[in-house]
Amino acid sequence: MYLGRVVGSVWATIKNASMTGCRMLVVQPLTPELRNTGKRLICTDSTGAGAGELVYWVRGKEASFPFHPAEPPVDTTVVGIVDELHVNRTPLAEVAAAIPVPVEVQAKAPAPVHRKGSRKVQAC
Amino acid sequence: MILARVVGTVVATRKDPRLEGKKLLILKPVSPDGQDENGYVVSVDTVGSGVGERVIAVSGSSARLAEGCKDTPVDNAIIGIVDEVHLD
Repeated sequence: MYLGRVVGSVWATIKNASMTGCRMLVVQPLTPELRNTGKRLICTDSTGAGAGELVYWVRGKEASFPFHPAEPPVDTTVVGIVDELHVNRTPLAEVAAAIPVPVEVQAKAPAPVHRKGSRKVQAC
Repeated sequence: MILARVVGTVVATRKDPRLEGKKLLILKPVSPDGQDENGYVVSVDTVGSGVGERVIAVSGSSARLAEGCKDTPVDNAIIGIVDEVHLD
C-alpha cells in the first residue's frame, strides 16, 4: 500500500462493462514525508475520496478486491483516506553524519588459501 | 493504471493461439497534462480504440480480468477510452 494525493479525475464513457459507475482519480504518489515521488497514475476509487485528499492505494490484482464480487480490470485502487500520519524517521542529514568516513585500508587481504585436493594436477 | 496515447498497431501471425483475434496496439504513456513519458508498451485492445486516442491501460495480472482476456497470456490491456482528464 502506498500514500498518495488525489490531484484530479478522469472521465471515460467507453470502458469495461464491469467498471460502470467506478470513479477514476489521478493520484500523485507520495513519500511518508509527503514529498512527491514517481509518476501520477489513475486509480479507481472505493472510498469516495475527493480532490486534494491524502489517501492510500494498492497496486496489483488486489486492487479489484474492494469491488467484490465484481472483478473489474483495475490494477490501482484508492482503499483508504488518511486521517493522521505519524512518521518518526531520522532526517537524511543526520544519517549522512552518522556514517563514518572511510579510512585507508592498511592491512593486506590474506593470500588465498590453497586447499589440498582442490585442483588435480595431471602428469603429462 | 496509466494514461497512454495509441501510436500504432502490431501485427503478429505466429503467436500464442489464445491471442488470436486480439487487436494489439502500441501505446505511448502520457502524463495527465498530456506530455509524453518514457517508453512504449504493446497492449491488447478490449474497447475498440484506435490510433491517436487517449486511453486507460491496465498492467499486470489485472489485465487478464479485461473482457475476453481470461486465461490468456496478456499483461497489458486497454480498458477505457478517455473523454476528459480534470486536474485540480
